[in-house]
Amino acid sequence: MSVELDVFVGNTTIMDKEVYQLWLNGYTVNDAVKVRMEGGVMEECEASAEVLLSDTMDQFRTFQMCERLLQNPAKLANQLLFQIPPDRQAMLIERYYAFADAFVREVLGKKLSKGTKKDLDDVSAKTGITLKSCRRQFDNFKRVFKVVEELKGPLVENIRQHFLLPDQLARDYAAIVFFANNRFETGKKKLQYLTFQDFAFCAGQLINNWTVGAVDNMVEDMDVDLDKEFLQDLKDLKILIADKDLLDQHKSLVCVALRGKTKVFNEMETNFKNLSRGLVNIAAKLTNPKDVRDFFIDLVEKFIEPCKSDRWTATDVNLYLTHYTNSAHILDSFKYQTVWTRYMGVIKSCILRMYHE
Amino acid sequence: MPGKLKAKVVAGRHLPVMDRASDLTDAFVEVKFGTTTFKTDVCPKSLNPQWNSEWFKFEVDDEDLQDEPLQITVLDHDTYSANDAIGKVYIDIDPLLCSEAATVISGWFPIYDTIHGIRGEINVLVKVDLFNDLNRFRQSSCGVKFFCTTSIPRCFRAVLIHGFVEELVVNEDPEYQWIDRIRTPRASNEARQRLISLMSGELQRKIGLKVLEMGGNAVVGYLQCFDLEGESGLVVRAIGTACTLDKISSTYTAAIVQNLSNSSPSKDMKEAGFGEEAPGVPLSSGPPTPLRAQTFSSFSPSKSYSRQSSSSDTELSLTPKTGMGSGGSAGKEAGPLKALLRQQTQSALEQREFPFFTLTGFPPAFLLHVGGVVSARSVKLLDRIHNPDEPETRDAWWEELRQEIKSHAKALGCHAVVGYSESTSICEEVCILSASGTAAILSSRFVQDGALDTDHRFEDVAPPACGFCHIPYDELNMPFPAQLTYCHCCRRHKVPDVLFTTIDVPTEANVTGKGCLIQARLCRTKKKGQGEGNATAISNLLPFLEYELHTQLLNKLKLRGMNALFGLRVQISVGDTMLLGLASATGVYLTALPSPGGIQIAGKTPNDITYEQHISNMQKKINDTIAKNKELYEINPPEFVEEVIGSPIPEPRQRSRLFRSHSESSDEVLELDLSHGKKDAFVLEIDDTDAIEDIHSLLTDAPTPPGFYSCNTEIMPGIYNWTSGLQMFTSVRVFRLSNANLTNQGLNKIFNDLCENLLKSLYFKLRSMVPCCLCHVNFIVAVPEDELIQVAVTAVAMSFDKDQSQENGRQSGDKTLMKAITENEEQLQFPLELSAESPSNPLSCAKGLSEVSGPLPSARDRCSSWIEQLRLKAHTIRRGSIKTMSSLEKASPVPEGRSRSLRSNRSCPGSSITVVKMTPLSFIPGAKIIKYLGIINMFFIRETTSLREEGGVSGFLHSFIAEVFAMVRAHVAALGGNAVVSYSMKECVFMENPNKNQAQCLINVSGDAVIFIRESELEATPSQTQSGNVQTSSNGEGT
Repeated sequence: MSVELDVFVGNTTIMDKEVYQLWLNGYTVNDAVKVRMEGGVMEECEASAEVLLSDTMDQFRTFQMCERLLQNPAKLANQLLFQIPPDRQAMLIERYYAFADAFVREVLGKKLSKGTKKDLDDVSAKTGITLKSCRRQFDNFKRVFKVVEELKGPLVENIRQHFLLPDQLARDYAAIVFFANNRFETGKKKLQYLTFQDFAFCAGQLINNWTVGAVDNMVEDMDVDLDKEFLQDLKDLKILIADKDLLDQHKSLVCVALRGKTKVFNEMETNFKNLSRGLVNIAAKLTNPKDVRDFFIDLVEKFIEPCKSDRWTATDVNLYLTHYTNSAHILDSFKYQTVWTRYMGVIKSCILRMYHE
Repeated sequence: MPGKLKAKVVAGRHLPVMDRASDLTDAFVEVKFGTTTFKTDVCPKSLNPQWNSEWFKFEVDDEDLQDEPLQITVLDHDTYSANDAIGKVYIDIDPLLCSEAATVISGWFPIYDTIHGIRGEINVLVKVDLFNDLNRFRQSSCGVKFFCTTSIPRCFRAVLIHGFVEELVVNEDPEYQWIDRIRTPRASNEARQRLISLMSGELQRKIGLKVLEMGGNAVVGYLQCFDLEGESGLVVRAIGTACTLDKISSTYTAAIVQNLSNSSPSKDMKEAGFGEEAPGVPLSSGPPTPLRAQTFSSFSPSKSYSRQSSSSDTELSLTPKTGMGSGGSAGKEAGPLKALLRQQTQSALEQREFPFFTLTGFPPAFLLHVGGVVSARSVKLLDRIHNPDEPETRDAWWEELRQEIKSHAKALGCHAVVGYSESTSICEEVCILSASGTAAILSSRFVQDGALDTDHRFEDVAPPACGFCHIPYDELNMPFPAQLTYCHCCRRHKVPDVLFTTIDVPTEANVTGKGCLIQARLCRTKKKGQGEGNATAISNLLPFLEYELHTQLLNKLKLRGMNALFGLRVQISVGDTMLLGLASATGVYLTALPSPGGIQIAGKTPNDITYEQHISNMQKKINDTIAKNKELYEINPPEFVEEVIGSPIPEPRQRSRLFRSHSESSDEVLELDLSHGKKDAFVLEIDDTDAIEDIHSLLTDAPTPPGFYSCNTEIMPGIYNWTSGLQMFTSVRVFRLSNANLTNQGLNKIFNDLCENLLKSLYFKLRSMVPCCLCHVNFIVAVPEDELIQVAVTAVAMSFDKDQSQENGRQSGDKTLMKAITENEEQLQFPLELSAESPSNPLSCAKGLSEVSGPLPSARDRCSSWIEQLRLKAHTIRRGSIKTMSSLEKASPVPEGRSRSLRSNRSCPGSSITVVKMTPLSFIPGAKIIKYLGIINMFFIRETTSLREEGGVSGFLHSFIAEVFAMVRAHVAALGGNAVVSYSMKECVFMENPNKNQAQCLINVSGDAVIFIRESELEATPSQTQSGNVQTSSNGEGT
């Protein structure tokens, strides 16, 4: 004796946010029912476990039917099958494309390939996020990646329009796409302390300043690939460390500016050449894809870690980088001002963001 | 050759990938009407093709226009093999044939395939040019309007209600033709869909012809059903009520309602008008407005009026002509004139073969008295039809049943049957035909035309609000034992103690507290059988089934402390091994009827102490439940000194308003007296386990959770302040009985639990809408297979405002209204008339009315011309009534903020899709229906051979129902509408074969496509301020 068939269809599709979240989290119907029971819905509405099960199954089924549309959000607004109020549609899309920080940190910068997908069970075990949810998030990344790959125009705008995502989420996806495309290494132990939002911020900086799109906004992949010419130009910056005079001059300029303004002046003074060498070397190596991948790791190793060990505060770092950048402009024999500004602007904001006290 | 149909295919979108290699589709479209087919060009390699075709023109007879659907097929072009069909769209042209309905069909239609479901959408434009046809022998009936709504549609007024129309057509079911063995399931399904579409068209056309013959222009309460008889054929039958309707211009309605809801100014006008001369002013009746203004109840006969007619006795004198002569107090003051009048009414109705009305809601002053429910069933064998392809046999069956209904009504002293409906249940070769309705006495006001002139004025006295409760039959010769008391409202006429009806709660009725959904559920096992033996077994079971359902209903009604049932619908469903009975109704406490007594339990073995205790426990439980229910439903009737009067039977007995009979193929008629011998009505005797079960089941009905109400009628008495929150839904459950040897009790429990759990799930699902009321809850039960029970529910959840102050205000308002009715017979009914005419010539018309008090049938024809005049004077009306606006605005029960926030957004940004509301009710709360676009009547078949892959039976049915909704919405939107009212799912036949991974489902839905405007929007538009306010006022306080 059993209920063989049980459906409920409303003219306006009924969707419970809480149940939707459980579905997105990859719960099975039974687990979801358990969670809901613990949540106290039953007492609230005098419902029985049976009622809850029926409702959960029904909604899970609805979500499953909607999933096809959610994968192409533009369709959701133009489909006839489900009558969903616009605000609900927005909620559905936003939540479907939302991802867990823990998850995204695991795949950020990895190639969005079948191989990575196969490893998702490890990610699932590590993060405690269900495999189903991992797969959804991964597929979202991949789908967005594939779509914007072929589009012209600004990356964030493309993502926002194509997937009807709110601005912040679109920016996050832009970061994910950018990282995946350039395969930045983010998984090393030294980088573990960084959150996704840290990386997303850096990605935003890189996209806005170092990509082709930063100069020309009507090229394919303009926001995804770094500006090759710019990278080539960066080699010229080597003069800052190769030329002994220039280096000393630079150092003295910075020291003059900073004297008495920071408690770590002495450490700064001793370390100046090392730090400068570190930053300029990063710039000089960026033509090599391998070194592009290690960009963040290099920043941490070559700059952040030394500063940390000398107990610089974020203000110290800010002060130092400001004067380090500006002083180079005063150097008479240094001719690469534009490239230097373009480079250091990004480096400064990235380091400041990545510099956790 | 009176019509040119034009169609244009614009574009497609979201098409499925038909070519795996390219992941694209080369789509083209075939447009077919009748035997003519046009094709578009192939739009290569696109999932969103733009065809932008020329206009395809079909020159056709209007007969074909009515019968045939426009058939649009989307195909994938294939160079080497046959073109693959992507899917089809059937477009019913009918709405374009009415001049007042839609003028163009234009929009995105889902492309539907019976195997794959919806596969993308297509944008189509359709127009019709009609040429006037003067041929009087024409076969078409273009221009007759059809409405599913079972009351006079909102923007019309009834000039005449002609009466019953029915038609039945038969065809061979394609699924049972020999060719079905060799064709694909898709071809077979499509043949079936197309045939039913054709048959529906033909049926409507034929009914339309009958309406034209009767002189009408519309069918209201159109109810069309399919009987899938199997081998013997496919029957499509329909019944309806032919009417002559007049469209009310908005200002006209406005004026009426304005004045209605504000009776004092009109009264002043009337007084001023007395004694004035009015030569040359044509008399027009007070037009019944289609709006259910609550305020109607406040108009009782005028002083001058009652003087002339002694109208207080009108009801009493209305004993049926065919009855046993006038008896008792009846007719004591009735002069010969009255008798004559009554006879005229009577004969007007009796001239008709079947004085039946499918309406459940009536224009004011139309329904005079209600006798009770009349029903008839008969069991037939389908394999005994001599000529299965011809409709004669079925016609005869129904004719027989209708005759029975008619005679039952007569026995109840009634000359008409209202709220009439017919249904069938088929299991293999056995078919149960059922008909039921409510015996009633109607005013001749709308049923008669012809010159009866001044004699007829008395009929137009608005009966007191309690009038319909007064017994229509002769109390000395009652058709069944009943306990009569004097009416608790007027205290002059007699009323029964319990009233069962199939109609909606009349707007003028005084109801104490709120109502609730009451269901009686029953399952009876039956031996498997064949042919005659099986039919006999079934017809032997039927009376018991009905008896028990009736008893259950009565007990449950008493348990809720209520005394009347509305919207009663008894379904009997037959399976191979069982019979299912489900009776649903809305219980209310009619103020006019006596308070119901409690329920007493009596044991058979009085000496057993534990037993006694058990019984007293139970008794206590019952008493507690009654008390709790009274509180829950706010039933606190005013004190009334009980005064039982002349019941011819000494002991109180259980009375039944149910008249029924069964007949089987042998035409035996069995009448059943449902009274319980000489037992007290309210005593339940526990003499066996059965009875204990009964009581248990009585008490296991879970109360609705807090914040919820439910009813199966249009609206819930006692709730007025609806918000615009609206959610129509369909829920289906199928239960498999794994245990083959179930007892009746076991089965009963399962069935009962199934229904209860379903309701509980609904409440849970809709909890976010609280406070809310499930309205028009409609259960359909079926036994699709041996061990399956299927229950389908369609209803609408409507939230209301729990603003107590408003509600209380409302209630107190009602009470004062009631008082006005019961105590003050001098109140005028005239506002109706005045509202129509006073703006143009207040003085003279009031004069006219005081002389000739009501709508004269002869004057009715002139009404229409009057409407024209009124339109011209609309300006005056506006100016005249604007004064009352501010006060009316306050009376709006819908807080503006809320209604605005909830209102549908027709043009939401980023979406081109019109939001289409669907509701089984005839109205949309907080909105005004401004146009009826035509009837929606759609039939779909869906089949799958990959059941598991589609998510099992639930997944399959879920998407199918969603698809049906989507297609209904798309068609409504294409007609230019934004809502479907009076929506119903009439059929949901589900068959599965999990072993073969297959399932099939047939769904038939219908409703009226309309355009509505939110009141808030109306108010916002200055030019329409008038009507906006009026609408508000009709919901709000009148006085």
